[in-house]
Amino acid sequence: MTKNRKAALPGFGLTMGYTLLYLSLIVLIPLIALFLKAATMDFSEFYQTVTSKRVLAAYRLTFGASLIAALINTFFGAIVAWSIVRYRFFGRRFLDAIIDLPFAMPTAVSGIALMAIYARTGLIGKYLEPLGIKTAISPLGIVIALTFIGLPFVVRTLQPALEELDGESEQAAASLGANRLQTFFRVIVPSLLPSLLTGFTLAFARALGEYGSVIYIAGNIPMKTEIASLLIVSKLDTSDVPGAAAIAVVMLMATFLILLLVQGIQWWSQRITGRN
Amino acid sequence: MSIEVKNISKTFGSFTALKNISLKIENGELISLLGPSGSGKTTLLRVIAGMELPDPSPDSQVLFFGEDVANRPVGDRKVGFVFQHYALFKHMSVYENIAFGLRVRPRALRPNEATIREKVHSLLALIQLEGFGSRFPKQLSGGQRQRVALARALAIEPQVLLLDEPFGALDAKVRKGLRDWLRGLHDELNTTTILVTHDQEEALEVSDRVVVMNQARIEQVGAPAEVFHHPESEFVIDFLGNVNVFQGRINQGQAVLENMRVKLSDPTIPDGEQAKVYVRPNDITIDKNSIGDSSIEASVTRINRAGVQAKLSLASKNNEEIRVDVSMERLLELGLQLGDTVYVHPTKARVFVPDYTI
Repeated sequence: MTKNRKAALPGFGLTMGYTLLYLSLIVLIPLIALFLKAATMDFSEFYQTVTSKRVLAAYRLTFGASLIAALINTFFGAIVAWSIVRYRFFGRRFLDAIIDLPFAMPTAVSGIALMAIYARTGLIGKYLEPLGIKTAISPLGIVIALTFIGLPFVVRTLQPALEELDGESEQAAASLGANRLQTFFRVIVPSLLPSLLTGFTLAFARALGEYGSVIYIAGNIPMKTEIASLLIVSKLDTSDVPGAAAIAVVMLMATFLILLLVQGIQWWSQRITGRN
Repeated sequence: MSIEVKNISKTFGSFTALKNISLKIENGELISLLGPSGSGKTTLLRVIAGMELPDPSPDSQVLFFGEDVANRPVGDRKVGFVFQHYALFKHMSVYENIAFGLRVRPRALRPNEATIREKVHSLLALIQLEGFGSRFPKQLSGGQRQRVALARALAIEPQVLLLDEPFGALDAKVRKGLRDWLRGLHDELNTTTILVTHDQEEALEVSDRVVVMNQARIEQVGAPAEVFHHPESEFVIDFLGNVNVFQGRINQGQAVLENMRVKLSDPTIPDGEQAKVYVRPNDITIDKNSIGDSSIEASVTRINRAGVQAKLSLASKNNEEIRVDVSMERLLELGLQLGDTVYVHPTKARVFVPDYTI
């Protein structure tokens, strides 16, 4: 083995160095600063902050609403991706472009738009109100906002997987006597599962950190419709920086664990089926 | 089971894939649909399988054992279909792939787990992949995958096996081995098998009969030896192996080119007609001296000794390429060198007169 054997593709040192520097500056150092800030409290203080009733309620709301929104998105996003990829119809391109809107719009704009529709006097809100369904200033409103911003993640991760589906597996299933439902649930869905899981994870992670589009529609009533991000901001407003950092650290750890778990499932399923 | 298609046409937009095809396939036969890509062979197979519906026409029919199956969907036709690119279910193990056809049966007909296991294991033994049941398709070689695809198709005990270029994606050695194995399997299981291929060697080697297709039509149907030795059209002779084409003219019941003369099977063709003379490379003898009035002078441009026979490329005086296969002994005997002048004499030739209907 010679030390100065040149790699076929040059530039490893330069690009890797840049990658590490970039990741450190943009991601790692701020995260460490966050931990350091939280560490200025002693442990009992930290524990008290993150387990106070108001904070726990916010965590529950944030994770709960994000989970529900991500699940809704996974289901309906899959249908949207399916119809865009599998069928040719008038306006398909247009629909395809619209999907990116929640992505591209400033979240505050989304928030105002949602409020205009779902407020008590809004376009849809005024019909739901008499039915006793409260969309604005309620957890339901938060779920709506989080569903809105998470949709592109599911659709965009699923699209390539759907395009890759070969019609032949479906024809093979049909020739073996499978009916359409069996073909769908035994052949199509399992081959989409990895992408569905990725899309779900992305939508979920996005929802956990969402702020702008939620705060208008949520109404931010402590213990009821107050999300964790808002709690962090309000702590910052009262100059309780360590308190804000403490809440953030717990959020961060929880998110990290969830992502790790999902990745683990992905890795495991790919390993047993020999896919890479 | 005997299969019959009658007056089948199929168009995709402005493209005609099948033009009024009729064909009868006998029970227990292994028949090949042979042709270049775009000739309609795969479409015909898919029409038989029920994956493609023929153009509606009152007299078009697809008959399985005399019974019209035109309205029966693919799943009800009891056909085993094998795709060129395997189309295995990637998320399922080999075992589950093979068991699929049994598991999706209606509840009343579904075998119990023990029966399924027994069936899958016997199929794994048949395809010589015992012990591979827990593997996934990605972990198998191409040849192994195609055998799994075949076992999966056989699990539903099909009355007819339809193979769409099953060995097309495999390398030469593997495909030859699988081809022989398929023939053995066909004889053992006593099914009716239809094999689509663009490989003439494959078709001629394994089939009972060969259907040569070109441009949405059937050119010729016959036993391998028959289509090879008695091609009925220029397309067939050209498609089945290498062939030299000479341009000549009809004169007194003979095709004449330079000072070579080839007798016609039909002496009534009038003089002066253009004639195309087809000669296979191994139907040509070669000598250093002129063999009288039925030989062509040419010079040696290339000698390829790799093979059972040596392959020579010659250039005629008009600079047309002539390919000749000679035995190694003959090559040594002649002591040929590049640039030597030789005389070639066709021992067997087929003459086609364009636009002349016999």
